[in-house]
Amino acid sequence: MTTPADPLAAEVPPKKPKAQPDGMVEKRGAGLWLTHLGLILGVLFIFFPIWLAFVASTVTQPEIVRPPMPLWPGDRFFENYGKALTSGINAPVALMLFNSAVMALGIALGKIVISLLSAFAIVYFRFPGRRVFFWLIFLTLMLPVEVRIVPTYEVAASFGMLNSYSGLIFPLIASATATFLFRQFFLTVPDELAEAARIDGARPMRFFWDILLPMSRTNIAALFVILFIYGWNQYLWPLLITTDPSMNTIVMGIKQMFPSGDDVADWPVIMATSILAMVPPIIVVISMQRLFIRGLVESEK
Amino acid sequence: MATVTLENLRKSYGPTEVIHGVDIDIADGEFIVIVGPSGCGKSTLLRMVAGLERVSAGEVRIDGTRVNDVEPMDRNIAMVFQNYALYPHMSVFENMAYGLKIAGTPKPEIAERVSDAARLLQLEDYLGRRPRELSGGQRQRVAMGRAIVRKPAVFLFDEPLSNLDAKLRVQMRLEIKQLQRRLGVTALYVTHDQVEAMTLADRMVVMNAGVADQIGAPLEVYARPQTAFVAGFIGSPPTNFVAAQLLRPGAPDGARLGVRPEHVRVVSPGEGALQARVMYAEPLGAETLVHLKLADDALFTLRQDGTAPVPEEGAEIGLAWDDDAQMLFGPDDRRLQG
Repeated sequence: MTTPADPLAAEVPPKKPKAQPDGMVEKRGAGLWLTHLGLILGVLFIFFPIWLAFVASTVTQPEIVRPPMPLWPGDRFFENYGKALTSGINAPVALMLFNSAVMALGIALGKIVISLLSAFAIVYFRFPGRRVFFWLIFLTLMLPVEVRIVPTYEVAASFGMLNSYSGLIFPLIASATATFLFRQFFLTVPDELAEAARIDGARPMRFFWDILLPMSRTNIAALFVILFIYGWNQYLWPLLITTDPSMNTIVMGIKQMFPSGDDVADWPVIMATSILAMVPPIIVVISMQRLFIRGLVESEK
Repeated sequence: MATVTLENLRKSYGPTEVIHGVDIDIADGEFIVIVGPSGCGKSTLLRMVAGLERVSAGEVRIDGTRVNDVEPMDRNIAMVFQNYALYPHMSVFENMAYGLKIAGTPKPEIAERVSDAARLLQLEDYLGRRPRELSGGQRQRVAMGRAIVRKPAVFLFDEPLSNLDAKLRVQMRLEIKQLQRRLGVTALYVTHDQVEAMTLADRMVVMNAGVADQIGAPLEVYARPQTAFVAGFIGSPPTNFVAAQLLRPGAPDGARLGVRPEHVRVVSPGEGALQARVMYAEPLGAETLVHLKLADDALFTLRQDGTAPVPEEGAEIGLAWDDDAQMLFGPDDRRLQG
């Protein structure tokens, strides 16, 4: 049993005295080293392309194009990253990062708010057509952005949402997955809790705010991570909806930097942009990891 | 503190009626226990008083005011649930204070009322803890504390002790009784456990299939059951029933005689009202239960003092009892004679 105060304790098995080598999974000596070797090789294999990108972002253009490619970082780190952040190629990367952040945060938070509320409505209120609405929401799971992209573009365009944050966010903001997830979670909350709150005098929204929301905290955190990355990685939709380089998001921006025709690519800057594009999702994942894991460990309601 | 009146209270789900008209008058400060087997509608009845279930027909009055369409929070009641229904993310203090907080009670008063309740329930050391860090008995106390701090007119208990182990149940039973006495609040308590019902109730209501079969003081109900169901449900082991024509040739068809196991004496074979063969005996220390088989293969239980000689298995014995100990029930299961 872990104490509720420190759910991460489960991750770190207590040190066993050497005298009693019990436990089925305990590996010692050569076995231990072999497992670690395998894991380290695996990590290196996956990490190598990212390392190459990082190396490429710290050297000069001629060094990249002249084989063999350098394997160790050069001395142009600040120069390349400074250039990428402030001027970029079409638009400054700092601006594109900001655009991406607005879009990803807008999508993640908007999706969470909307799906929390709609799941609350579906689970706790009896209204005519309740099942129909649920299945309608559920059906939209089958329609990814790509399928409905042309009509959605039409709608966004006629609302004058091209080249705007609202155009980037609103068409992607409804989420069947998140609604479904919250619905399943709300169904596991005992009915007596809602009844106790009713007797305590909590009106529905008060119950939602004071009891349901704090109880869904870990689910919200987990969903936020997933949805933030979903929003951050959007490529096709921003590509369609933004024509003004100052509204570009970073993921599509990288592609826009690629040379077309006879242009000369500035690979170090492109690589610096790629590395920069990876940083925010990593920060979100790492900072939310604690809550994320607690959501998995804490089963008691 | 209030009176509660249920008048011809009915509940149906669609075309199915589950409560067929219940009338109960509860006096101020009275402790009423509703007892019955599962599925008899006792919880539904309580939830209608709480306002968690809509009343299909009839009337619920609290202190003379009709509350059929009043929201639970405005009925001046407090309820203790079987699984406690504590808010898992709030501390014990916050759990108890939540109702007051919503009602807009000033903070110093909330603190005072919660600490009063905590003292009463010996929860003072646990106010900062979360429900999951408490034992079953402590959670039960918190649930009661949450009910107490609101100073309601009526307490509603929905099988509050069924999640506790046997020993704790006995202890909490006493505590609930004392608490209700001390606070003098009208209480309505639902349980399927007849021992709880007998020990707690000022008056008990025995429910059977959506009908209140009998309402009365526990010993009164035990001594003078009005229906065969009540006779069988209240008392342990249950009342023995034999076809009335076996003993009284003039009795109507389908009528049955009931005799409680504790009222039956063993006599020599050939004597007494009935002849039986001993199947096995269960010595429980203070008493011994003897399971018997009658001539027509019906089962019969008798309870005798632990010090009395236990008849041997397979032995033929006679059974006798006093005339005023037997109860005659008509074909409709209603009591025919006193």
